[in-house]
Amino acid sequence: MLSVPLVVLLGQVVLGLINGAFYAVLSLGLAIIFGMLNVINFAHGAFYMLGAFVCWLLLTHVGLGYWPALVVVPLVVGAVGVVVERVFLSRLAGIDHLYGLLFTFGLALALEGGFIFVFGAAGNPYPVPDALRGIVRLGPLILPLYRFWVITASIIVCLAVWLLIEKTRLGALLRAATENPRLVTAFGVNVPLLVTLTYGACVGLAGFAGVLAAPIYQVSPTMGSNLIIIVFAVVVIGGLGSIGGSIVTGLALGVIEGLTKVFYPAGSTIVIFLVMVLVLMLRPAGLFGRET
Amino acid sequence: MTDAPAPAARPRRLDVRDLHAWYGESHVVHGATFHVDRGEIVTLLGRNGAGKTTTMRALAGVVRTRKGSAHLDGHDLLATPPHRVARTGLGYVPEERGIFASLSVAENLLLPPVVRPGGVSLAEIHALFPNLKGRDRTQGTRLSGGEQQMLAIARVLRTGADFILLDEPTEGLAPVIVEEIAHALGALKARGLTILLVEQNIRFALAAADRHYVVEQGRVVDEFDNTTLRTDRARIDAYLGV
Repeated sequence: MLSVPLVVLLGQVVLGLINGAFYAVLSLGLAIIFGMLNVINFAHGAFYMLGAFVCWLLLTHVGLGYWPALVVVPLVVGAVGVVVERVFLSRLAGIDHLYGLLFTFGLALALEGGFIFVFGAAGNPYPVPDALRGIVRLGPLILPLYRFWVITASIIVCLAVWLLIEKTRLGALLRAATENPRLVTAFGVNVPLLVTLTYGACVGLAGFAGVLAAPIYQVSPTMGSNLIIIVFAVVVIGGLGSIGGSIVTGLALGVIEGLTKVFYPAGSTIVIFLVMVLVLMLRPAGLFGRET
Repeated sequence: MTDAPAPAARPRRLDVRDLHAWYGESHVVHGATFHVDRGEIVTLLGRNGAGKTTTMRALAGVVRTRKGSAHLDGHDLLATPPHRVARTGLGYVPEERGIFASLSVAENLLLPPVVRPGGVSLAEIHALFPNLKGRDRTQGTRLSGGEQQMLAIARVLRTGADFILLDEPTEGLAPVIVEEIAHALGALKARGLTILLVEQNIRFALAAADRHYVVEQGRVVDEFDNTTLRTDRARIDAYLGV
């Protein structure tokens, strides 16, 4: 412990928080979708990749920069999600979970394959926007401004979504429709419409994460599938369907992963799955899940 | 309980004819025919499994496999999409009460959208069910069974619904709570609400309602008014097997 300088330690914590921010935004959407639609949305990583690609395409073909993309891309990806839900997923509602999982898995493969076919497997660089170049100093730490922005923006978005769900009337409707959609329908709420819009919004959130990721990682067709497996582990650890849980777990696991890189670098790729095994053994419903 | 005015004076609100309903594969309601007039409280009596709850669910649109006809104020309930049924003024209080565990008492109370003006105000609801006062932040399912029942009733009253489907409101409740609910139903009737009630508790049905139908094997097999119910207990006991 003493052999590791504090600055290195803090640096890895912050790097961990960046990964954790992506885990949090993606697992949040997954948790909400699972609660409302009973669908394990394997396509979530593909929508994240789609977000990064739309962002890159807007810049290279339309000349639309980072800031407008931050608004436009989630809307575009969300609209794709609305169509996917209306045309496909809504027809799978009420039958075995497995069909939703298979469909979204297939969709993810098709999207990834399609993008590889058109754009190739190599990554495309996306420039850091001018306003976010440079560094910030946090005490002894020196951090690229863009990475600081990713952490801040992700946490703000996660908090906003959490507040929306826990504290507003729309959130109450979503929670109630998750528990008992038939009764909420009998009260006069168009639950299928609510479900469609929820799916669109959560997928749009994945697209938003894709925009945030574009300047950090290469924009490549496989960027989603690399991330999604870890994000699923995060959701399982946090507790399926727990919204606050998925945010906290996402950030915490990013940090744990970062710290593992300091003390035992070889273990950093498996540490999240070790945590998952431990949690499943001790608390099968997840850290924040309700035991049933 | 005062005697009801002459039947001709009351416009018909709910008209159910030859209603059939299926629960998955099983055919539960086999041609039920009954009606409820404005301002009445009418019960469906019958043993467990007679099809009373399924009848209610079929009317509320929760059970979707149905045949026959059911009209509320002339609206064809069977042709109405499930999320529009509430707009006909129908308020549904399910047998299992349906209080949401992830919502607070206040959120439960405010959840159903207002469907028409003239709903019962929060102040009136708290006067009607004092137990709910000051409990806004409590998790809905932490209330006692009786309080959950009150919340389930209050929740639909607030929306302006004026035809209430009330499925076994007294099931499993202490006598003092049953009395409170009977008192509340009296107050609602005085406001001009119309109520269709499923009950197994004959004492409660007698105290609260104007007319009673007996449901057996998914059909309405007999009808009683309060006088007959009082004087001819043997006949009703034979149906219910008490």
